[in-house]
Amino acid sequence: MQTWRWLYKPGRPFDGRFIARVLVKTALLFVALNVAFVLLDPLPALGRLSLYNRVLPGRARLPYGENPAASYNLSLFSLEAMFASHEVARAPARDEFRVLLIGDSAAWGILLRPEETLAGQINAAGLVTADGRRVRVYNLGYPTMSLTKDLLLLDYALSRTAADLIVWLFTLESFDTQTQLDSPLVQHNPAPVRALIARYGLAQDPADPRLVNLSTWDKTLIGRRRALADLLRLQLYGVPWAVTGIDQEYPADYTPRAVDLPADATWHGLREDLFAPADLAFDVLRAGAERVGDVPLLLVNEPMLISTGMNSELRYNFFYPRWAYDAYQRLLLEERDAHGWALLDLGATIPDADCYTDSAVHLTPACTADLAEAVGAAIVGASGG
Amino acid sequence: MTLTHILVFAAAALLALIALPARARAWTLFVASVVAIYWLQPAVTIRRLDFLFPTATLGLVALAWLLTRVPGQRLTREDAAAAALIVALVLLLAFGRALDPAYRITPSVPPPLGMILLWLAAGGIALAALSRVPGGRARPLLALVVGIVALFAVLKTEALATEAGRLLRGWTGQSPDLARADELQWLGFSYVAFRLLHTARDRQTGLLPALTLREYTTYAIFFPAFTAGPIDRAERFLGDLRALPGPDTARFVQGGMRIAVGIGKKFILADSLAILALDAAKAGAATSALGLWALLYAYTFQIYLDFSGYSDIAIGLGQWCGVKLPENFSQPYLKRNITAFWQSWHITLSQWVRFYVFSPLSRFLLTRPRKPTPTALALVGQLVTMLAIGLWHGVTWGFVVWGLWHGVGLFVHKVYSDRTRAHYLRLRAHPRLGRAVEVAGVLVTFHFVALGWVWFALPDIGASWDVFVRLLGG
Repeated sequence: MQTWRWLYKPGRPFDGRFIARVLVKTALLFVALNVAFVLLDPLPALGRLSLYNRVLPGRARLPYGENPAASYNLSLFSLEAMFASHEVARAPARDEFRVLLIGDSAAWGILLRPEETLAGQINAAGLVTADGRRVRVYNLGYPTMSLTKDLLLLDYALSRTAADLIVWLFTLESFDTQTQLDSPLVQHNPAPVRALIARYGLAQDPADPRLVNLSTWDKTLIGRRRALADLLRLQLYGVPWAVTGIDQEYPADYTPRAVDLPADATWHGLREDLFAPADLAFDVLRAGAERVGDVPLLLVNEPMLISTGMNSELRYNFFYPRWAYDAYQRLLLEERDAHGWALLDLGATIPDADCYTDSAVHLTPACTADLAEAVGAAIVGASGG
Repeated sequence: MTLTHILVFAAAALLALIALPARARAWTLFVASVVAIYWLQPAVTIRRLDFLFPTATLGLVALAWLLTRVPGQRLTREDAAAAALIVALVLLLAFGRALDPAYRITPSVPPPLGMILLWLAAGGIALAALSRVPGGRARPLLALVVGIVALFAVLKTEALATEAGRLLRGWTGQSPDLARADELQWLGFSYVAFRLLHTARDRQTGLLPALTLREYTTYAIFFPAFTAGPIDRAERFLGDLRALPGPDTARFVQGGMRIAVGIGKKFILADSLAILALDAAKAGAATSALGLWALLYAYTFQIYLDFSGYSDIAIGLGQWCGVKLPENFSQPYLKRNITAFWQSWHITLSQWVRFYVFSPLSRFLLTRPRKPTPTALALVGQLVTMLAIGLWHGVTWGFVVWGLWHGVGLFVHKVYSDRTRAHYLRLRAHPRLGRAVEVAGVLVTFHFVALGWVWFALPDIGASWDVFVRLLGG
């Protein structure tokens, strides 16, 4: 058969010496590649190689997805690859007022299509600053509630791109000091997280066992095969994303946000009488404010469901007992006053349960429009317009 | 076949090649094939079916062997030994019931021993009764062919398969309302059925040589080719099986290279392309014709790399076992016309259908009192042949249209080539023009085949039509 002529009618016979040579060369190459991989750690460089924004359109939000086959998206831990796949990696247009929006799943837009997210709706509004620049908001939200995760992304984003304004969306849940390092993205980026802890003196242990330390074996080509495969899969999923515009699984049915709440007055195991301001990670917020330097920063306390169902006299919603949220809000205002932050406190502005989908902070598209109006106006205001 | 299956098969084949004499290796291939069909069978939601299916395959093979014996061929001690070995292996596998799932070969808990003994006893009595029927008799052979085709139709037709599933669920005490057509995943049946039909037909025409039960079973369920072919011919397979070669460096390299290339094609390239290949969800959400073409190209290469990768692995494993399985693909997407494409795509299936559908049908039509014109003969022959290939994949409108699409393509090409042969001969005097025509032919053929995959890839004919229209700018 013509196709396999080279194999069945070889120029030189396949003898024992040929096999021995192939095996020795293969073994040497294998060892050399693995040693080189450990020494050079090419993953960050490989992560920056991307078809996005060149052959494929950039993604409207950071890669995240637990069911890639349905969402054409996947969760990975390479900040380089995540940002290279995002439309923020493009150079800004000349008349662009570049806004980086960071935050949790509410900012990322769980159950929302890219154009329905907060960033998508502000962009659709076609806002213009006083000096005539078009407001362009980049969605750098990422699901998991941790200010440290937000700071990690903010730090990386500012190292890769210029910005005219930072909008940081958060809610109390992101302030829990005990869960700051629970985000897998934080755990798998131990070096930059430790650098942030050291640089800003954050109240986290740099030797925390939740931060994943790779052994020498883990750093070999074999040990990093999963991370390498993720880089490749991110590129491949770019095609169905580009063709369909889908980057998230939209289930036909989901468990709606709870309105009837448990008779539980604790927050992450804390009782009101044991609560102390140090239980909230305001140090991370302060670090973020320091990190942005001269770039204006707009902090947004995001809207949440205020339940009227069972035990609502005890709790606002599934996440928060009333005392905890009230204490947080009070401390937030104190911090704002102390540091002169621009703060948009929208916590109680959209209380209606019908505005929320599967969580007390995930807004419907229609109610996201209300939020977009408020944040959009604040952006224009912050731009000097 | 998963990577684990392939690596275990490869290691076992190498070990047997190095450690065992030829005769012992022949028996090893037989035993390995029997065990492999239980190991390869995926789990089925209907209780005990994933043990019953491989067992039924063995029963069907034994039945086909009995009926396709050479007239006068007696049962030998070797046949008795092979039958006893099959029973012993099935019982041995049934003991997996007592094992931890990690050590079990079957995909789920085997049925109780008593039930398996009952199956074996019933099957044994039926086969013993049939063993009195002399081999090669026309009516039993016809009944075998009809039975296999009927079983094929049940498994491949959604409504019939669902009804069969309902019936089986009733017997196992499971809810019949949950029956689904895709529950009846009888692994390897399509290929085994074609091998058995080939032996039945060749016994009728006297082409089939005498085979022992061991040889026949090894041929029908040869583990490298069990899940995805190629569909070998019994007499060719037998030649290799009866003269298994010893260890040979060149064969080791060639087999290893085919396995490695196959693994690369299937598990690296095809599985990566599967991420972007056309499917119902992506087709429904695609926003542009250009995007749909990208999905279709990905599917076109994915299906080729997947299938030809498996064929390479089978051929490589076969070589390590001492059996040179036939080639199944030969650069099909580089062919200049659709006829050449079908001579290089799933070659063994094309040859099978040409041999057992196209040729008999043509002969039949030519013996009619009103002989068809050559054009009509070509049209009917191509349509029926390609329809048979389409239905082999499943009885759905999508496969019917796919078969007809290629049938019409083959017919049009035949008419076209008959009328343009002189022009093509004149092109030899103009090498550049000839080369350009050749490239154009490759592109046209490739896109004709790619558009045909639209009918093949999507489960719903309406969705296929919608995609087809959108691809063409509608």
